[in-house]
Amino acid sequence: MDWEMVIGLETHVELATRTKIFCSCTTEFGGAPNTHCCPVCTGMPGTLPVLNRKVLEYAVKTCLALNCEVTRYHKFDRKNYFYPDLPKAYQISQLYLPIGRNGKVPIRVGQEEKVIRIHELHMEEDAGKLVHDNWIDQTRADYNRCGVPLIEIVTEPDFRSADEVIAYLEKLRSTLEYLGVSDCKMQEGSLRCDVNLSVRPVGAAELGTRTEMKNLNSFKAIARAIRYEARRQQERIEMDHKPVIQETRRWDENKDASFSMRSKENAQDYRYFPEPDIPPVELDEAELERLRQALPEMAEAKRARYEREFGLPEYDAGLLTGTKALADFFEETVALGLAPKEVSNWMMDVLLRTLKEKGLEPKEMRLSPETLGAIIRMVQEGRLNRATGVKVFQAVFDEDADPVAYVKEHGLEQIRDTGLVETTVREVLTRCAAQVEEYRSGKEKVYGFLVGQCMRALKGKADPQIVNQTLREMLKNG
Amino acid sequence: MKITEEMVDYVSILSRLRLPEEERARMALELERITDYMEVLNHLDTTGVEPMSHTFPLKNVFREDEVRPSAPRAELLANAPAADEESYLVPKTVE
Repeated sequence: MDWEMVIGLETHVELATRTKIFCSCTTEFGGAPNTHCCPVCTGMPGTLPVLNRKVLEYAVKTCLALNCEVTRYHKFDRKNYFYPDLPKAYQISQLYLPIGRNGKVPIRVGQEEKVIRIHELHMEEDAGKLVHDNWIDQTRADYNRCGVPLIEIVTEPDFRSADEVIAYLEKLRSTLEYLGVSDCKMQEGSLRCDVNLSVRPVGAAELGTRTEMKNLNSFKAIARAIRYEARRQQERIEMDHKPVIQETRRWDENKDASFSMRSKENAQDYRYFPEPDIPPVELDEAELERLRQALPEMAEAKRARYEREFGLPEYDAGLLTGTKALADFFEETVALGLAPKEVSNWMMDVLLRTLKEKGLEPKEMRLSPETLGAIIRMVQEGRLNRATGVKVFQAVFDEDADPVAYVKEHGLEQIRDTGLVETTVREVLTRCAAQVEEYRSGKEKVYGFLVGQCMRALKGKADPQIVNQTLREMLKNG
Repeated sequence: MKITEEMVDYVSILSRLRLPEEERARMALELERITDYMEVLNHLDTTGVEPMSHTFPLKNVFREDEVRPSAPRAELLANAPAADEESYLVPKTVE
């Protein structure tokens, strides 16, 4: 029997506000335990949470970018549960009137296009961090993250493969980065994803029993966990003849497997009710329109513009606009007065490859547009040949060192002295008399060898065009 | 609404309360009286009355996104039943 997986995602995004959602404590990552806390976020009686205006703005912008309907009149609700990561014993969230509904996110996998539907988007507060101390056999609670603003984005069960999930998450991350509403650092937990997955025979109308997977800390982990879980469920049904149990499972990256969390057999009963401390929020049309107008140019529009304005190929434009950091870098380099096509070529051929080799995200690199600009300019002016330019790029990349100084210091300037080239080529031809004979008797392949010898003798610094020209002439004229 | 002792057990689990055996029956009775009292409200004619979630006619209360100093840690931790110099201490909860 052929099986298909059915996946829905719940993504938590930490918003890049300066302060928490309901109090003025900083949201800065790290910090000694419990130093970013106050009576509001530690849930002391008699305190009053007040909504951060910026959180609302960021949530609305995200709704608009994900094509959601924005709820004009919305409010917060209490989700009640006892767990020590939550000192109030309830989380302020939105159940009945979430800020966004019915969104649409177009994605692309290979040549296939598809629309992922967003069920809802709501605002809520993050919980604290628990670390168990085996020595004292007690758990330490750090409430620095408590009250950090989150939006949760819930999709419909529209995914049918891990690739679709990754395409959606990449699109989502790019959108959030372009909006500037989150830094999307997965390793710091600012983008977290729970995967709801079930399997069913292809063509079946009904959904199978689903499990929820947590603790997925990278796109790679998400893809592996999805493939693992689909196989596990399928084998359970087909080989063990047992039904899938609805449960929450924890992904263990080191063991490459997921494990049931069996949280004390408690029914999840959150007893939501309207949050009495926070008055409802009403958005008027003018405010909504102001935010809509303030939306930045997003990846899609940028890609189309790069193709139209700069004549970049679709593939290149797609890659350059895929992350905001790359698009910004491209535009800033072009703004220095360089040809867009040339900048794009350098970024595609050299910069992206270097990032990949070093396992870096574009936003993590130190290289500045000025540095790449200077290298391109030296190549264009004929002071460096392209191959040496690439070497200079690699040498200055890590520290964003000054490429002009580097070239001077290492004597890499291109040799354009035709006299010197001629002398060198003549020497090479004398030294390689046997190969010259072979070439003249029709073995054209030897030509490449001779070019190599010449370039080597010139320490790779000569203008390849001049070398070629000189060599051809000398071979012809004997 | 009839409140059974099983319902009392369920609610006490959710509330993390351990009720002595002899209190379950009394609790069931008292909870039933409360829900019966609520039942009285259901007899009111609320046609045309907007459901409300808040008692004050307020909306759109915001603060600006400006950092203010957090509270001294020692003062916060002093409220906890158990703490060391950095953290709140709770019974083992993570596996």
